[in-house]
Amino acid sequence: MSISMFMSEYKCVAVAMVMVASVFDASAQSSAVDEIARYRAQLQDGNPAELWEARGEDLWKQKRGPKNVSLEGCNIGKGAGVVKGAYAQLPRYFADADRVMDLETRLVHCMVTLQGFSYADATRRVFGSGSNRSDLEALTAWITSESKGVVMNVALNHDKEKEAYNLGEKMFFFRGGPHDFACSTCHAESGKRIRLQDLPNLTEKKGAQLGYTTWPAYRVSQGELRTFQWRLNDCFRQQRFPELVFGSEISIALTTFLANNANGAAFNAPAIKR
Amino acid sequence: MADPMRIRAAVRDGVVNVKVLMSHEMETGQRKDAAGKLVPAHYIRSVSATYQGKTVLSAQWGPAISKNPYLEFNFKGGQKGDKVIVIWEDNKGEKRSDEATIA
Amino acid sequence: MNHSRRKAIKTGGGVLAMLFAAGVIGPEVVLAQNLGESAFSMKTLAEVMRAVGAQSPATSDAIVIKAPSIAENGAVVPVSIESKLPGTESITLLVEKNPTPLVASFGIPAGTEGNISTRVKMGQTSDVYALVKADGKFYMAKQEIKITLGGCGG
Repeated sequence: MSISMFMSEYKCVAVAMVMVASVFDASAQSSAVDEIARYRAQLQDGNPAELWEARGEDLWKQKRGPKNVSLEGCNIGKGAGVVKGAYAQLPRYFADADRVMDLETRLVHCMVTLQGFSYADATRRVFGSGSNRSDLEALTAWITSESKGVVMNVALNHDKEKEAYNLGEKMFFFRGGPHDFACSTCHAESGKRIRLQDLPNLTEKKGAQLGYTTWPAYRVSQGELRTFQWRLNDCFRQQRFPELVFGSEISIALTTFLANNANGAAFNAPAIKR
Repeated sequence: MADPMRIRAAVRDGVVNVKVLMSHEMETGQRKDAAGKLVPAHYIRSVSATYQGKTVLSAQWGPAISKNPYLEFNFKGGQKGDKVIVIWEDNKGEKRSDEATIA
Repeated sequence: MNHSRRKAIKTGGGVLAMLFAAGVIGPEVVLAQNLGESAFSMKTLAEVMRAVGAQSPATSDAIVIKAPSIAENGAVVPVSIESKLPGTESITLLVEKNPTPLVASFGIPAGTEGNISTRVKMGQTSDVYALVKADGKFYMAKQEIKITLGGCGG
């Protein structure tokens, strides 16, 4: 992990527990919450996600791959090369692939079909770390930024879109793993938090909107931009589920369920989070 | 080569506000990798900004500036349409120079 | 002081010296780099203060530190410093309990406002100091910032 700066992670956790205990004694609680809100507000200006967005825009326009073409011929839902507002309508069914795709899966599809990359090459580094950077994260940062302020409108017209939604809903409530855990264990009740992080209730409109429209995000604890595929992957890890395979049917089903539940809210990412 | 900076410069009431994001790891030299070996320090140690050949800010940094550094400052007398140039150099001698047009 | 200034010019001046030689920037840039690299390795606040030549700076209300009193993550703590002191020449930022307290020093040429924002790493809860040199004298302000997670979220 890239985050423990001066101490070992073990020591950090110990410090964290002590601090949370002292920060959250009864009298100090509300002012502590206010100060954390102030901390978050002060970070909003100058989001390093912009560095990923700039690189992503270049990658989109560059001629790359064995076929030496740009991604400007890629149709991510609103026609070839149309980026503006496209993310607010994803995932969706794509007839040419005969499946429901989220943005990242669609980008891989275009890298394979348009640019001639092998699937293995296109998905070699789906999540970046330090100098091992992920092109997919950069592309996702730029394309999602082009939907900032656009109202979420994920349709369930095609049978496969409905199927994906239903499967995603099932997965959201599915209990399993060594802890008998489900997404809903953390995200189906209001007013819950882990340490200082509020957990959105994804079964309610407001929580679903807040949760979905603020990903991708620059994670200050990692110094990395993280996509929604990463968010789900890490939820699976935290639940001690088997690893969520990138671009898998279940990952897109969950995304479809969560994105559709966020319909009606303005998309507001890439965001910046702890 | 390092990624370009993101520089925003805007003039209001004769004062130019400059916001800069830089792409850099800012390794402290105190962190250990998975194998238990110290990761060598790697950080931007000097930054300067110029407007029409005149320095409007100079800075010396250590490794405790956050990864992907952010810097904001204000100077008087800049004109809309003119350029602000920002330069950084890190402890390994790598350099990066970018410019922005004042909006 | 003079020793560390010379050292800074020698070791830290690469790009600046080059531009200076090329006539792109004036000599004031190089002179503003008045801290030797060694100041960044010093382990205590007192050592850094001595090296800078600010043994016992007066506390000043004209220096305002704008930072949250609690930071969610020590890896990224937003700090703004504003000096309203006339003739502000430099602003230096220190975190007392970091392994090396000196974080950054900003040279403020005439015409630039004494107002700087950046983000710093903090290993633990600590006082943050803003040290300002104005008209040749040193002044300071400090604020405690509590760190809830020393940069260790998941």
